[in-house]
Amino acid sequence: MKVIKKSPITSTLSVLALALASSTTMAQELSITVTNLTQGLYFTPVITAAHTSENHIFMAGEMASDELQAMAEGGSISGLSSILTNADANINENPAGGLLAPAMSASFDLTNDSTNTHLSLTAMVLPSNDGFVGLDSWKIPEEAGTYTVFLNAYDAGTEANDELRGSGAPGEAGMPVPPPLDPLLGMNGTGVTDMESNDKVHIHRGSLGDSDMSAGTSDINNSVQRWLNPVAKLTITVK
Amino acid sequence: MLTFNTQKKSTKKLAKPLLIAGLLTLGLSACNDNDNAETPPEEVPTEYSYSLTLTNLTYAQPLSPAAVLLHGDAKMWQVGQAASVALEKLAEGGDNTDFIALENNLATATAEGPTLPGTSVTVNISTMDPTATYLTVATMLVNTNDAFSGLTGVDISTLTLNQEKSWRLNVYDSGTEQNNEAAGTIPGPADGGVGYDSTRNDIDLVGYHSGVVSKDDGLPSSVLTQAHRFDNPAVKLTITRTK
Repeated sequence: MKVIKKSPITSTLSVLALALASSTTMAQELSITVTNLTQGLYFTPVITAAHTSENHIFMAGEMASDELQAMAEGGSISGLSSILTNADANINENPAGGLLAPAMSASFDLTNDSTNTHLSLTAMVLPSNDGFVGLDSWKIPEEAGTYTVFLNAYDAGTEANDELRGSGAPGEAGMPVPPPLDPLLGMNGTGVTDMESNDKVHIHRGSLGDSDMSAGTSDINNSVQRWLNPVAKLTITVK
Repeated sequence: MLTFNTQKKSTKKLAKPLLIAGLLTLGLSACNDNDNAETPPEEVPTEYSYSLTLTNLTYAQPLSPAAVLLHGDAKMWQVGQAASVALEKLAEGGDNTDFIALENNLATATAEGPTLPGTSVTVNISTMDPTATYLTVATMLVNTNDAFSGLTGVDISTLTLNQEKSWRLNVYDSGTEQNNEAAGTIPGPADGGVGYDSTRNDIDLVGYHSGVVSKDDGLPSSVLTQAHRFDNPAVKLTITRTK
């Protein structure tokens, strides 16, 4: 997926749109709360951005960018942050100051420039190989009010879902295991699969897990760390 | 829908002359009143009535008798907060007695019995209290440890007469009982086990349910089968203001 890319034509159109819209559109003040709805998943540092309508940090059915892959496999948002910065997006990073624990919320304010009319958000979900929660280019309402959006879990399509303890580095197998997750995961699993036949971003099929903490195919605990969509709730107040 | 609209229109047409006649009568009686000492018209208390229909969308999860509450601006549970004991009793055992008896409730109603998969139940609720404008509905998925569905603290003050509003409801986990699916821990027909147990051996925060695993999908100690699995949404709820 080519993300945050402007062709010359759309750039020209954007300038025109800006000229036309500037008389009516103003920067907006947004107050945002992201809630981890699950009881067993952790979210890595969340990145949220208001950007122009033609930009996306991910799109279902498209290949993940390298920057999305780094976020989805290891929770690193620096790559996404730099392409968003280059695209003049308004960005908020890491509102929870680290992992967003199960059932917890994080709140922050975001002021978006008048051209940055769309909102995107993402974070990796743990434990997973390349699962992430995402909002793709949601049009920010012009009318003041409080809006609720429910978010699903996606699979970046970049890594086999072996469900084993491993690495968070892009292209390396296994799941990263930050400290709070360490005692909650099983070990010595043999691996659920070594295949990733769908290499496009897609709705995550969910984790299989197993009930054996010291063997089995998966290091994921099936009665705690599975999920049903939606996995997150976004409450956006437009002031 | 079309038929309904047509009927509505014709009713309106018929109603007009009646309404005008009514106004004339009122006008005449008002004239008569002018001779008498002025007595302020008595305020007739308004009754607010709602009809709620709940449909069980699951395959094999009977729903415990649904609790319907009207109250002031409050939420009876929140993701990230511990469940009240009253909610725990509803979510672990399907018993809504304490939930309905909560002090803040201004009006309450309950479904007569469980709502089986593929069926619907209608519950009516009325109140004279103009502040009873927030709705809570809760029901347990009984073939689980502590799963419940519902909504809470939803403002219904803007509903006009005969207006209808619908929701598709997701499944919460009260966070008060481990989802071990073990024999003796599930009150529904899949097990016939114990419902409410005051011990809290789970995260003790309300969140969304992760679904049941079942013995057919990798939890050998589970009494549940593949048939008891569910997905969001589990319940469809429709409210109509009838008065």
